[in-house]
Amino acid sequence: MRHPQASLGVPVKATGFHGTLSALWREDTLRVGLPALALAAIFVIIFIVEPAVMSYFGFTILLNFAMPMILAAMAQMCIIAASDIDLGVGTYIALVSCIAATLLQSMPAVGALALCLCVLAYIGMGVLIHARRLPAIVITLGASFVWLGLALLLLPKPGGEAPAWLVSTLTWKPPWIPLPVLVTILAAWVGHILLMRSAAGVVLRGMGGNAAAIRRAGWSLLAARGGLYGLAGFFGVLAGLTLAGLNTSGDATIGGRYTLISIAAVIVGGGEFFGGIVSPVGTVVGALIMLLTGSLLSSFDVSSNWQLSVQGAILILVLATRALGRRRR
Amino acid sequence: MNGIRTTAGWLLNRPWIWVFAAALLVWLVVVLEVSGRGAGGVLTVSLQFATFYVILGLGQMMVIATGPGNIDLSMPSVLTLAAYLSMGVMGGSDANLWLGVGTGVGVGLAAGVGNVTLIHLLRIPPMIATLAAGFIVDSLAMAYSTGSTAQPAPALMAFSTGRVLGVPFIAWLFIAVAALVAVTMQLTPFGRHVLAIGQNERAAYLAGVRIRRIRSAVFILSALAASICGILLAGASGGASLNMGEGYLLMSIAVVVLGGTSIFGGQVAIPGVWGAALLLYLIVSLLNVLSVTSGVRYLTIGLVIIAVLAVGHSGRNT
Repeated sequence: MRHPQASLGVPVKATGFHGTLSALWREDTLRVGLPALALAAIFVIIFIVEPAVMSYFGFTILLNFAMPMILAAMAQMCIIAASDIDLGVGTYIALVSCIAATLLQSMPAVGALALCLCVLAYIGMGVLIHARRLPAIVITLGASFVWLGLALLLLPKPGGEAPAWLVSTLTWKPPWIPLPVLVTILAAWVGHILLMRSAAGVVLRGMGGNAAAIRRAGWSLLAARGGLYGLAGFFGVLAGLTLAGLNTSGDATIGGRYTLISIAAVIVGGGEFFGGIVSPVGTVVGALIMLLTGSLLSSFDVSSNWQLSVQGAILILVLATRALGRRRR
Repeated sequence: MNGIRTTAGWLLNRPWIWVFAAALLVWLVVVLEVSGRGAGGVLTVSLQFATFYVILGLGQMMVIATGPGNIDLSMPSVLTLAAYLSMGVMGGSDANLWLGVGTGVGVGLAAGVGNVTLIHLLRIPPMIATLAAGFIVDSLAMAYSTGSTAQPAPALMAFSTGRVLGVPFIAWLFIAVAALVAVTMQLTPFGRHVLAIGQNERAAYLAGVRIRRIRSAVFILSALAASICGILLAGASGGASLNMGEGYLLMSIAVVVLGGTSIFGGQVAIPGVWGAALLLYLIVSLLNVLSVTSGVRYLTIGLVIIAVLAVGHSGRNT
């Protein structure tokens, strides 16, 4: 069976082609399989500690805030697919939530235009980084000041009011499957189709993996990077909208945590910093692991001060295991 | 003719001249705006706060000089934790001054060793090792901050806000430190090795440079710089707070890169760190004088940094 994640970054030798493919398959199964197992274990523990969670409403409450987190992680994944890192995605999401709670409520057309401009700004950032060969980490960090500034201009203090349609969309109760679960599955599926199964997805990931090969095949690297950044901007807008809908208001300063957690989610979910190796399904799993370790700690009465520590430790553990495994091979 | 060409060449080889020129320009605008009153005061305050950017910037610069992918993202977290613990130990009394300073520097040392362990022993890429370490340091600071009355010793307060000839003590001190760093980078084996690793790690390795040792040293130095900055910042602002590191990560990288150090490593511009720090803080002062909202302030700083990089930074072909 062909595994969808046969990554472009890994050279496939002519000799022992099947052996290499099956090795790849094994590596990629581990890449997403291990985090998925870890997630299942976390779910089991939560169910044992708090059996009440195992219901329609329990799931809704447990996973509501998984929606913005997963979408933020998807945005980060697009940037990491380009072998870049986005240190501004959290403040960008905060900006979107502020637009949603102000412009989108009072002047829907202007608000929609502002959101389109946000996506355009991301495309522009990608183009700028590519054309001028700038370090993405510094530009996105600088851009985080721009997003924060704009968000503070719109909403100097947390508040505003999210549009009624947005709030009612996020409190919608579909039959059988709770909304957050539906969104989780949908995000993983759309991401998988877009990046792993489509022709465009191969080109986009190839840009992070082997840029020279993509260029020689006649593709524009500028367009590829612009496309990945645009996709990130789009996922960021979705994340900001869900966040505003859940909180029914906007806040310019909630961004910081989302940046760090989105990076951790992508890596825990099997992504690599170089080589265009990412996994949308894994990223969704990673985001859920990051969210649920928080819930798990609070159900054990661990102070929320230590959540960051645990999340950092998970990231370190995953990376260290992966590095040691690589050394053994 | 020849003279002009050599002058132009001299200028082109020293991009940091432009940062100082820009800083001077911004200062003149501020002076015009306040119609000459308090022009010296603006400069003193700018020197005071630019010093904090410089302390972080010098540490970050050494890390960045060791090549692409080397950035210390844990600096603002280390700064905050060092400030908290040292203020906690000092407890507002001069008797515990040195114990407090020692604790703060100890935090920096421990954080640096922690980062190095993650990078070398666990083989985690430096950017992510320092990011994850930052998480942990942050939550230590959060846990410690509950129930801690963080007060600096009066002597520390006097030192970090005092001035000689209108120039703050700490500015004098870190002008000297910057000069020392410049000499170290250009003339000592350690400095040359740092630059050699940044230019070509493989070549440096083959030439016998002990890469792990040098890289460990720069990450420990950057964590120490962050902790010293934290102690002095807490001293100057009368205590520690959880969000005191906010914005300092961008500034630590911005002063390095705007000052003319290559983000790809292998080359440094130490005077540029001071020039860029002054420029950035003078822009902040200008915005304060114009009494704009904090939103405009963030927006302007972000745009200035991106614009200067987009126009002035010559990316390396990779």
